[in-house]
Amino acid sequence: MKKKQQFYLKSKHILVLMTLLCVSMIAAAFSAGFSTQGMREMAGTVVIPFEKAINTIGGFLVEVQKDFEDKQALQDENEKLKEKIETLTTENNALIQQQGELARLKELYELDQEYSQYPKVMAKIISKDPGNWYNTFIIDKGTADGIQKDANVLAGTGLVGIVTEASSHWSTVRAIIDDSSNVSAMTTSSSDTCVIEGDLQLIDEGKLRFSQLYDEEDKIQVGERMITSNISDKFLEGIFVGYISEITFDDNNLTKAGTIVSPVDFRHLREVLVITTLKQNLGTGNTADEQTQEGEPEPDEE
Amino acid sequence: MKSKIMLLVMIVSCFFLQCTLFKSISLASITPNLLLILCVSMGLMRGKKSGIFVGFFSGLLIDVFYGTLPGFYALLYMYIGYLSGFFYKIYYDNTLRVPAAMVAVGDLFYGLAVYGLQFLLRSRLNFGFYLMRIIIPELLVTVIWTVILYRFFYQINHRFQDTDRKERNTIWLVK
Repeated sequence: MKKKQQFYLKSKHILVLMTLLCVSMIAAAFSAGFSTQGMREMAGTVVIPFEKAINTIGGFLVEVQKDFEDKQALQDENEKLKEKIETLTTENNALIQQQGELARLKELYELDQEYSQYPKVMAKIISKDPGNWYNTFIIDKGTADGIQKDANVLAGTGLVGIVTEASSHWSTVRAIIDDSSNVSAMTTSSSDTCVIEGDLQLIDEGKLRFSQLYDEEDKIQVGERMITSNISDKFLEGIFVGYISEITFDDNNLTKAGTIVSPVDFRHLREVLVITTLKQNLGTGNTADEQTQEGEPEPDEE
Repeated sequence: MKSKIMLLVMIVSCFFLQCTLFKSISLASITPNLLLILCVSMGLMRGKKSGIFVGFFSGLLIDVFYGTLPGFYALLYMYIGYLSGFFYKIYYDNTLRVPAAMVAVGDLFYGLAVYGLQFLLRSRLNFGFYLMRIIIPELLVTVIWTVILYRFFYQINHRFQDTDRKERNTIWLVK
Protein backbone atom coordinates (compact mmCIF):
# COMPACT_ATOMS: atom_id res chain seq x y z
CA MET A 1 0.00 0.00 0.00
CA LYS A 2 2.81 2.37 0.87
CA LYS A 3 4.41 1.82 -2.46
CA LYS A 4 1.21 2.80 -4.15
CA GLN A 5 1.11 6.05 -2.23
CA GLN A 6 4.60 6.95 -3.39
CA PHE A 7 3.77 6.54 -7.03
CA TYR A 8 0.45 8.24 -6.77
CA LEU A 9 -0.19 10.27 -9.89
CA LYS A 10 -3.09 12.49 -10.76
CA SER A 11 -5.22 11.30 -13.62
CA LYS A 12 -4.28 14.31 -15.75
CA HIS A 13 -0.64 13.36 -15.46
CA ILE A 14 -1.36 9.79 -16.38
CA LEU A 15 -3.31 11.07 -19.36
CA VAL A 16 -0.41 13.23 -20.47
CA LEU A 17 2.06 10.37 -20.07
CA MET A 18 -0.12 7.91 -21.94
CA THR A 19 -0.77 10.46 -24.66
CA LEU A 20 2.97 10.90 -25.08
CA LEU A 21 3.33 7.12 -25.27
CA CYS A 22 0.69 6.84 -27.98
CA VAL A 23 2.03 9.79 -29.93
CA SER A 24 5.54 8.38 -29.78
CA MET A 25 4.23 5.03 -31.04
CA ILE A 26 2.54 6.79 -33.95
CA ALA A 27 5.67 8.81 -34.62
CA ALA A 28 7.85 5.72 -34.43
CA ALA A 29 5.56 3.93 -36.86
CA PHE A 30 5.86 6.80 -39.29
CA SER A 31 9.57 7.36 -39.08
CA ALA A 32 11.19 4.04 -38.30
CA GLY A 33 8.53 1.55 -39.37
CA PHE A 34 8.01 0.45 -35.77
CA SER A 35 5.73 -2.56 -35.81
CA THR A 36 3.62 -4.20 -33.18
CA GLN A 37 4.78 -7.66 -34.19
CA GLY A 38 5.93 -8.66 -30.70
CA MET A 39 2.72 -7.48 -29.09
CA ARG A 40 0.73 -9.22 -31.81
CA GLU A 41 2.32 -12.57 -31.05
CA MET A 42 1.69 -12.17 -27.35
CA ALA A 43 -1.85 -10.87 -27.55
CA GLY A 44 -2.69 -13.33 -30.28
CA THR A 45 -1.97 -16.40 -28.18
CA VAL A 46 -4.62 -15.19 -25.75
CA VAL A 47 -7.24 -13.84 -28.09
CA ILE A 48 -7.07 -16.02 -31.19
CA PRO A 49 -8.27 -19.33 -29.66
CA PHE A 50 -11.29 -17.54 -28.19
CA GLU A 51 -12.01 -15.89 -31.47
CA LYS A 52 -11.93 -19.24 -33.23
CA ALA A 53 -14.43 -20.65 -30.76
CA ILE A 54 -16.72 -17.63 -30.79
CA ASN A 55 -16.62 -17.57 -34.55
CA THR A 56 -17.99 -21.09 -34.66
CA ILE A 57 -20.95 -19.94 -32.56
CA GLY A 58 -21.33 -16.88 -34.79
CA GLY A 59 -21.39 -19.15 -37.82
CA PHE A 60 -24.11 -21.22 -36.22
CA LEU A 61 -26.19 -18.10 -35.54
CA VAL A 62 -25.81 -17.04 -39.15
CA GLU A 63 -27.23 -20.40 -40.20
CA VAL A 64 -30.20 -19.85 -37.89
CA GLN A 65 -30.68 -16.35 -39.23
CA LYS A 66 -30.65 -17.71 -42.75
CA ASP A 67 -33.50 -20.07 -41.91
CA PHE A 68 -35.61 -17.09 -40.93
CA GLU A 69 -34.94 -15.21 -44.10
CA ASP A 70 -38.36 -14.34 -45.48
CA LYS A 71 -40.04 -13.12 -48.61
CA GLN A 72 -38.32 -9.76 -48.45
CA ALA A 73 -34.90 -11.33 -48.55
CA LEU A 74 -35.89 -13.52 -51.45
CA GLN A 75 -37.29 -10.55 -53.33
CA ASP A 76 -34.11 -8.66 -52.74
CA GLU A 77 -32.13 -11.60 -53.99
CA ASN A 78 -34.35 -11.80 -57.05
CA GLU A 79 -33.66 -8.17 -57.79
CA LYS A 80 -29.98 -8.71 -57.33
CA LEU A 81 -30.05 -11.70 -59.63
CA LYS A 82 -31.88 -9.67 -62.27
CA GLU A 83 -29.20 -7.05 -61.99
CA LYS A 84 -26.64 -9.77 -62.33
CA ILE A 85 -28.33 -11.07 -65.47
CA GLU A 86 -28.09 -7.62 -66.93
CA THR A 87 -24.43 -7.33 -66.16
CA LEU A 88 -23.84 -10.81 -67.48
CA THR A 89 -25.70 -10.07 -70.69
CA THR A 90 -23.69 -6.95 -71.29
CA GLU A 91 -20.56 -8.76 -70.46
CA ASN A 92 -21.52 -11.63 -72.73
CA ASN A 93 -22.09 -9.26 -75.62
CA ALA A 94 -18.77 -7.66 -75.03
CA LEU A 95 -17.14 -11.06 -74.80
CA ILE A 96 -18.62 -12.27 -78.07
CA GLN A 97 -17.37 -9.15 -79.77
CA GLN A 98 -13.93 -9.57 -78.42
CA GLN A 99 -13.61 -13.32 -78.57
CA GLY A 100 -11.30 -13.38 -81.53
CA GLU A 101 -9.21 -10.62 -80.17
CA LEU A 102 -9.08 -12.28 -76.79
CA ALA A 103 -7.87 -15.57 -78.14
CA ARG A 104 -5.05 -13.86 -79.91
CA LEU A 105 -4.14 -11.76 -76.93
CA LYS A 106 -4.32 -14.71 -74.60
CA GLU A 107 -1.71 -16.43 -76.64
CA LEU A 108 0.35 -13.32 -76.58
CA TYR A 109 0.15 -12.72 -72.89
CA GLU A 110 0.02 -16.33 -71.83
CA LEU A 111 -2.85 -15.56 -69.54
CA ASP A 112 -3.91 -19.16 -69.60
CA GLN A 113 -1.21 -19.77 -67.07
CA GLU A 114 -3.27 -17.54 -64.84
CA TYR A 115 -3.09 -18.32 -61.19
CA SER A 116 -3.88 -22.02 -61.17
CA GLN A 117 -0.17 -22.68 -61.15
CA TYR A 118 0.51 -21.00 -57.82
CA PRO A 119 0.44 -23.02 -54.61
CA LYS A 120 -2.47 -22.03 -52.40
CA VAL A 121 -3.49 -22.51 -48.79
CA MET A 122 -7.09 -22.49 -47.62
CA ALA A 123 -7.81 -20.38 -44.55
CA LYS A 124 -10.89 -19.54 -42.51
CA ILE A 125 -11.86 -16.03 -41.55
CA ILE A 126 -12.03 -15.97 -37.78
CA SER A 127 -12.68 -12.35 -36.98
CA LYS A 128 -13.32 -9.03 -38.64
CA ASP A 129 -12.42 -5.42 -38.02
CA PRO A 130 -14.30 -4.26 -34.90
CA GLY A 131 -15.14 -0.86 -36.37
CA ASN A 132 -17.33 0.04 -39.28
CA TRP A 133 -14.83 2.04 -41.27
CA TYR A 134 -12.47 -0.55 -42.63
CA ASN A 135 -12.66 -4.00 -44.14
CA THR A 136 -9.87 -6.03 -42.70
CA PHE A 137 -10.12 -9.50 -41.25
CA ILE A 138 -8.03 -12.14 -39.53
CA ILE A 139 -7.52 -15.61 -41.00
CA ASP A 140 -6.50 -18.69 -39.06
CA LYS A 141 -3.28 -19.44 -40.96
CA GLY A 142 0.07 -17.71 -40.65
CA THR A 143 3.75 -18.01 -41.36
CA ALA A 144 3.71 -21.59 -40.07
CA ASP A 145 1.54 -22.48 -43.07
CA GLY A 146 3.67 -20.59 -45.55
CA ILE A 147 1.75 -17.32 -45.56
CA GLN A 148 3.90 -14.21 -45.68
CA LYS A 149 3.24 -10.50 -45.68
CA ASP A 150 1.98 -9.28 -49.09
CA ALA A 151 0.61 -12.70 -50.03
CA ASN A 152 -2.41 -12.42 -52.32
CA VAL A 153 -5.77 -13.67 -51.08
CA LEU A 154 -8.46 -15.11 -53.37
CA ALA A 155 -11.96 -16.48 -52.99
CA GLY A 156 -13.62 -18.56 -55.64
CA THR A 157 -12.92 -16.64 -58.78
CA GLY A 158 -11.68 -13.26 -57.74
CA LEU A 159 -9.15 -11.31 -55.80
CA VAL A 160 -10.10 -10.70 -52.17
CA GLY A 161 -7.17 -8.82 -50.72
CA ILE A 162 -3.65 -8.88 -49.46
CA VAL A 163 -1.98 -10.05 -46.27
CA THR A 164 -0.85 -6.97 -44.36
CA GLU A 165 0.58 -8.66 -41.27
CA ALA A 166 1.54 -12.29 -40.83
CA SER A 167 2.07 -13.92 -37.44
CA SER A 168 2.86 -17.54 -36.78
CA HIS A 169 -0.71 -18.85 -36.66
CA TRP A 170 -2.86 -16.05 -38.00
CA SER A 171 -2.61 -13.16 -40.40
CA THR A 172 -4.40 -9.91 -41.04
CA VAL A 173 -5.85 -9.43 -44.50
CA ARG A 174 -6.97 -6.16 -46.02
CA ALA A 175 -9.82 -6.62 -48.47
CA ILE A 176 -9.70 -4.85 -51.83
CA ILE A 177 -13.00 -3.14 -50.97
CA ASP A 178 -11.31 -1.53 -47.96
CA ASP A 179 -11.25 2.22 -48.30
CA SER A 180 -7.47 2.36 -48.09
CA SER A 181 -6.79 -0.38 -50.61
CA ASN A 182 -5.21 0.27 -54.00
CA VAL A 183 -4.61 -2.37 -56.64
CA SER A 184 -2.81 -1.85 -59.89
CA ALA A 185 -4.92 -3.52 -62.55
CA MET A 186 -5.26 -3.79 -66.32
CA THR A 187 -7.93 -4.60 -68.85
CA THR A 188 -7.82 -8.04 -70.46
CA SER A 189 -8.39 -6.92 -74.03
CA SER A 190 -5.95 -4.04 -74.31
CA SER A 191 -3.72 -4.36 -71.23
CA ASP A 192 -4.32 -0.73 -70.34
CA THR A 193 -3.40 -0.23 -66.74
CA CYS A 194 -5.44 1.52 -64.10
CA VAL A 195 -5.72 1.75 -60.35
CA ILE A 196 -8.58 0.03 -58.52
CA GLU A 197 -9.45 1.56 -55.19
CA GLY A 198 -11.82 0.42 -52.50
CA ASP A 199 -14.44 2.97 -51.63
CA LEU A 200 -16.63 2.92 -48.55
CA GLN A 201 -19.33 4.77 -50.47
CA LEU A 202 -19.65 1.94 -53.00
CA ILE A 203 -19.43 -0.99 -50.60
CA ASP A 204 -23.20 -1.33 -50.24
CA GLU A 205 -23.50 -1.83 -53.98
CA GLY A 206 -20.64 -4.32 -53.91
CA LYS A 207 -18.54 -2.18 -56.22
CA LEU A 208 -15.06 -0.75 -56.37
CA ARG A 209 -13.76 2.37 -58.06
CA PHE A 210 -11.14 2.47 -60.77
CA SER A 211 -9.31 5.46 -62.15
CA GLN A 212 -6.41 6.54 -64.36
CA LEU A 213 -7.40 4.20 -67.18
CA TYR A 214 -5.79 5.46 -70.37
CA ASP A 215 -8.12 4.64 -73.22
CA GLU A 216 -7.81 7.17 -76.00
CA GLU A 217 -9.74 5.24 -78.63
CA ASP A 218 -12.69 4.38 -76.41
CA LYS A 219 -12.08 0.68 -76.84
CA ILE A 220 -12.89 -0.30 -73.29
CA GLN A 221 -16.56 -1.01 -72.71
CA VAL A 222 -18.82 -1.92 -69.84
CA GLY A 223 -18.35 -5.60 -69.02
CA GLU A 224 -14.63 -5.60 -69.64
CA ARG A 225 -12.70 -8.01 -67.40
CA MET A 226 -10.16 -6.42 -65.10
CA ILE A 227 -7.17 -8.38 -63.89
CA THR A 228 -4.21 -7.46 -61.72
CA SER A 229 -1.50 -5.89 -63.80
CA ASN A 230 1.97 -6.97 -64.69
CA ILE A 231 3.49 -3.83 -63.21
CA SER A 232 2.05 -4.30 -59.74
CA ASP A 233 4.79 -5.04 -57.25
CA LYS A 234 2.58 -6.86 -54.77
CA PHE A 235 -0.19 -8.55 -56.72
CA LEU A 236 0.61 -11.49 -58.95
CA GLU A 237 -0.23 -10.89 -62.56
CA GLY A 238 -3.54 -11.97 -64.05
CA ILE A 239 -5.73 -12.41 -60.98
CA PHE A 240 -9.31 -11.60 -61.84
CA VAL A 241 -10.61 -8.52 -59.98
CA GLY A 242 -14.00 -7.79 -61.54
CA TYR A 243 -16.04 -6.48 -64.43
CA ILE A 244 -16.39 -2.84 -65.38
CA SER A 245 -19.92 -1.70 -64.68
CA GLU A 246 -19.65 2.00 -65.41
CA ILE A 247 -17.20 4.25 -67.25
CA THR A 248 -16.80 8.00 -66.94
CA PHE A 249 -13.94 10.43 -67.34
CA ASP A 250 -11.43 11.23 -64.65
CA ASP A 251 -11.32 14.78 -63.35
CA ASN A 252 -8.47 15.51 -65.75
CA ASN A 253 -10.62 14.50 -68.77
CA LEU A 254 -7.75 12.46 -70.20
CA THR A 255 -7.97 9.19 -68.39
CA LYS A 256 -11.07 7.26 -67.48
CA ALA A 257 -12.61 6.27 -64.19
CA GLY A 258 -15.63 4.26 -63.17
CA THR A 259 -16.85 1.37 -61.09
CA ILE A 260 -16.12 -2.33 -61.05
CA VAL A 261 -18.27 -5.20 -59.83
CA SER A 262 -16.36 -7.85 -57.97
CA PRO A 263 -17.47 -11.50 -58.24
CA VAL A 264 -16.68 -11.99 -54.55
CA ASP A 265 -19.42 -11.67 -51.93
CA PHE A 266 -17.39 -9.92 -49.26
CA ARG A 267 -20.10 -9.80 -46.64
CA HIS A 268 -20.61 -13.53 -46.51
CA LEU A 269 -17.05 -14.57 -47.00
CA ARG A 270 -16.09 -17.46 -44.72
CA GLU A 271 -13.14 -19.15 -46.39
CA VAL A 272 -10.38 -17.77 -48.55
CA LEU A 273 -7.42 -19.08 -50.53
CA VAL A 274 -4.02 -17.56 -49.92
CA ILE A 275 -1.34 -17.80 -52.61
CA THR A 276 1.93 -18.61 -50.89
CA THR A 277 4.07 -17.36 -53.76
CA LEU A 278 4.95 -13.70 -53.51
CA LYS A 279 5.24 -11.40 -56.48
CA GLN A 280 8.56 -10.11 -55.17
CA ASN A 281 10.06 -13.60 -55.15
CA LEU A 282 8.53 -14.45 -58.48
CA GLY A 283 10.24 -11.49 -60.10
CA THR A 284 13.72 -12.80 -59.42
CA GLY A 285 13.33 -16.07 -61.29
CA ASN A 286 10.88 -15.07 -63.93
CA THR A 287 11.65 -11.60 -65.14
CA ALA A 288 11.69 -12.30 -68.85
CA ASP A 289 7.98 -12.99 -68.80
CA GLU A 290 7.15 -9.59 -67.45
CA GLN A 291 9.41 -7.67 -69.73
CA THR A 292 7.58 -8.82 -72.84
CA GLN A 293 4.70 -6.54 -72.05
CA GLU A 294 4.65 -2.86 -72.35
CA GLY A 295 2.54 -0.71 -70.16
CA GLU A 296 2.65 2.84 -69.02
CA PRO A 297 4.09 2.78 -65.55
CA GLU A 298 1.24 4.13 -63.49
CA PRO A 299 1.41 5.07 -59.83
CA ASP A 300 1.27 1.77 -58.03
CA GLU A 301 0.04 0.50 -54.72
CA GLU A 302 0.28 2.49 -51.57
CA MET B 1 -5.93 -6.28 -8.12
CA LYS B 2 -9.04 -8.37 -8.50
CA SER B 3 -10.83 -5.51 -10.20
CA LYS B 4 -7.87 -4.89 -12.53
CA ILE B 5 -8.02 -8.50 -13.69
CA MET B 6 -11.77 -8.16 -14.06
CA LEU B 7 -11.25 -5.12 -16.27
CA LEU B 8 -8.72 -6.90 -18.47
CA VAL B 9 -11.00 -9.90 -18.87
CA MET B 10 -13.87 -7.61 -19.80
CA ILE B 11 -11.78 -5.70 -22.33
CA VAL B 12 -10.64 -8.89 -24.03
CA SER B 13 -14.14 -10.41 -24.03
CA CYS B 14 -15.69 -7.25 -25.46
CA PHE B 15 -12.97 -7.15 -28.10
CA PHE B 16 -13.48 -10.65 -29.39
CA LEU B 17 -17.24 -10.45 -29.15
CA GLN B 18 -17.15 -7.29 -31.24
CA CYS B 19 -14.88 -8.90 -33.83
CA THR B 20 -16.76 -12.16 -34.17
CA LEU B 21 -20.27 -12.63 -32.86
CA PHE B 22 -21.42 -9.04 -33.28
CA LYS B 23 -19.94 -8.96 -36.77
CA SER B 24 -22.00 -11.93 -37.86
CA ILE B 25 -25.27 -10.69 -36.34
CA SER B 26 -24.77 -7.08 -37.43
CA LEU B 27 -27.60 -5.32 -39.24
CA ALA B 28 -26.76 -3.41 -42.42
CA SER B 29 -23.12 -4.25 -41.69
CA ILE B 30 -23.02 -1.89 -38.72
CA THR B 31 -21.42 -3.30 -35.59
CA PRO B 32 -22.00 -1.77 -32.15
CA ASN B 33 -18.88 -0.38 -30.54
CA LEU B 34 -18.78 -2.56 -27.42
CA LEU B 35 -15.33 -1.39 -26.38
CA LEU B 36 -16.56 2.18 -26.37
CA ILE B 37 -19.52 1.22 -24.16
CA LEU B 38 -17.06 -0.45 -21.80
CA CYS B 39 -14.76 2.59 -21.71
CA VAL B 40 -17.58 5.01 -21.07
CA SER B 41 -19.26 2.87 -18.42
CA MET B 42 -16.01 2.22 -16.57
CA GLY B 43 -15.15 5.91 -16.74
CA LEU B 44 -18.54 6.73 -15.29
CA MET B 45 -18.49 4.04 -12.63
CA ARG B 46 -14.85 4.08 -11.62
CA GLY B 47 -13.42 7.45 -12.52
CA LYS B 48 -10.91 9.01 -14.86
CA LYS B 49 -8.03 6.68 -14.14
CA SER B 50 -9.99 3.56 -14.90
CA GLY B 51 -11.36 5.31 -17.95
CA ILE B 52 -7.81 5.94 -19.18
CA PHE B 53 -6.73 2.40 -18.35
CA VAL B 54 -9.68 0.69 -20.04
CA GLY B 55 -9.57 3.04 -23.00
CA PHE B 56 -5.88 2.59 -23.55
CA PHE B 57 -5.95 -1.19 -23.49
CA SER B 58 -9.11 -1.48 -25.61
CA GLY B 59 -7.59 0.80 -28.19
CA LEU B 60 -4.28 -1.01 -28.04
CA LEU B 61 -5.98 -4.33 -28.80
CA ILE B 62 -7.55 -2.84 -31.93
CA ASP B 63 -4.23 -1.28 -32.89
CA VAL B 64 -2.34 -4.51 -32.45
CA PHE B 65 -4.73 -6.62 -34.49
CA TYR B 66 -6.27 -4.25 -37.00
CA GLY B 67 -4.61 -0.89 -36.78
CA THR B 68 -2.48 0.55 -39.50
CA LEU B 69 -1.08 3.11 -37.11
CA PRO B 70 -0.10 1.72 -33.68
CA GLY B 71 -1.35 4.03 -30.96
CA PHE B 72 -4.14 5.75 -32.85
CA TYR B 73 -7.09 3.87 -31.41
CA ALA B 74 -5.39 3.67 -28.02
CA LEU B 75 -5.24 7.45 -27.96
CA LEU B 76 -8.82 7.85 -29.10
CA TYR B 77 -10.38 5.39 -26.66
CA MET B 78 -8.20 6.69 -23.86
CA TYR B 79 -9.55 10.20 -24.27
CA ILE B 80 -13.12 8.94 -24.43
CA GLY B 81 -12.58 7.03 -21.19
CA TYR B 82 -10.93 10.01 -19.57
CA LEU B 83 -13.65 12.44 -20.59
CA SER B 84 -16.41 10.17 -19.35
CA GLY B 85 -14.50 10.01 -16.07
CA PHE B 86 -15.42 13.64 -15.48
CA PHE B 87 -18.95 12.49 -14.75
CA TYR B 88 -17.77 9.97 -12.19
CA LYS B 89 -19.77 10.08 -8.96
CA ILE B 90 -22.07 12.79 -10.23
CA TYR B 91 -24.24 10.22 -11.95
CA TYR B 92 -23.03 7.12 -10.20
CA ASP B 93 -26.12 4.96 -10.10
CA ASN B 94 -27.75 2.50 -12.41
CA THR B 95 -30.10 4.75 -14.28
CA LEU B 96 -29.55 4.53 -17.99
CA ARG B 97 -30.06 8.02 -19.34
CA VAL B 98 -26.65 9.43 -18.52
CA PRO B 99 -24.57 6.45 -19.71
CA ALA B 100 -26.62 6.29 -22.91
CA ALA B 101 -26.09 10.00 -23.54
CA MET B 102 -22.39 9.70 -22.74
CA VAL B 103 -22.00 6.76 -25.10
CA ALA B 104 -23.78 8.72 -27.82
CA VAL B 105 -21.43 11.66 -27.35
CA GLY B 106 -18.41 9.36 -27.15
CA ASP B 107 -19.35 7.47 -30.27
CA LEU B 108 -19.98 10.69 -32.16
CA PHE B 109 -16.56 11.89 -31.08
CA TYR B 110 -15.05 8.56 -32.14
CA GLY B 111 -16.77 8.62 -35.53
CA LEU B 112 -15.79 12.21 -36.22
CA ALA B 113 -12.21 11.55 -35.16
CA VAL B 114 -11.84 8.49 -37.40
CA TYR B 115 -13.46 10.34 -40.29
CA GLY B 116 -11.46 13.52 -39.75
CA LEU B 117 -8.09 11.91 -39.24
CA GLN B 118 -8.24 8.91 -41.52
CA PHE B 119 -10.76 9.69 -44.23
CA LEU B 120 -10.83 13.45 -44.63
CA LEU B 121 -7.05 13.49 -44.83
CA ARG B 122 -7.25 11.10 -47.77
CA SER B 123 -9.60 13.61 -49.44
CA ARG B 124 -12.79 11.65 -48.85
CA LEU B 125 -14.89 14.79 -48.76
CA ASN B 126 -18.43 13.46 -48.85
CA PHE B 127 -19.02 13.99 -45.13
CA GLY B 128 -22.81 13.69 -45.42
CA PHE B 129 -22.54 10.15 -46.70
CA TYR B 130 -20.19 8.98 -43.98
CA LEU B 131 -22.32 10.67 -41.33
CA MET B 132 -25.52 9.01 -42.49
CA ARG B 133 -24.07 5.65 -43.47
CA ILE B 134 -21.57 4.99 -40.67
CA ILE B 135 -21.49 7.49 -37.83
CA ILE B 136 -25.20 7.90 -37.04
CA PRO B 137 -26.18 4.21 -37.48
CA GLU B 138 -23.22 3.13 -35.37
CA LEU B 139 -24.22 5.66 -32.73
CA LEU B 140 -27.79 4.37 -32.61
CA VAL B 141 -26.83 0.70 -32.48
CA THR B 142 -24.22 1.40 -29.81
CA VAL B 143 -26.72 3.32 -27.66
CA ILE B 144 -29.21 0.46 -27.92
CA TRP B 145 -26.55 -1.97 -26.77
CA THR B 146 -25.61 0.38 -23.93
CA VAL B 147 -29.15 0.10 -22.63
CA ILE B 148 -28.80 -3.68 -22.67
CA LEU B 149 -25.26 -3.93 -21.33
CA TYR B 150 -24.86 -1.09 -18.83
CA ARG B 151 -26.71 -2.79 -16.01
CA PHE B 152 -24.66 -5.91 -16.59
CA PHE B 153 -21.39 -3.94 -16.43
CA TYR B 154 -22.68 -2.19 -13.32
CA GLN B 155 -23.36 -5.49 -11.56
CA ILE B 156 -19.96 -6.91 -12.45
CA ASN B 157 -18.19 -3.75 -11.36
CA HIS B 158 -20.07 -3.65 -8.10
CA ARG B 159 -19.20 -7.24 -7.30
CA PHE B 160 -15.49 -6.89 -8.02
CA GLN B 161 -14.89 -3.52 -6.46
CA ASP B 162 -11.75 -3.55 -4.30
CA THR B 163 -11.87 -2.72 -0.66
CA ASP B 164 -9.10 -0.14 -1.03
CA ARG B 165 -11.05 1.44 -3.80
CA LYS B 166 -14.04 1.78 -1.53
CA GLU B 167 -11.81 3.46 1.00
CA ARG B 168 -10.54 5.88 -1.58
CA ASN B 169 -14.10 6.68 -2.55
CA THR B 170 -14.91 7.71 0.99
CA ILE B 171 -11.84 9.95 1.09
CA TRP B 172 -12.99 11.46 -2.14
CA LEU B 173 -16.34 12.23 -0.59
CA VAL B 174 -14.76 13.86 2.46
CA LYS B 175 -12.76 16.14 0.20
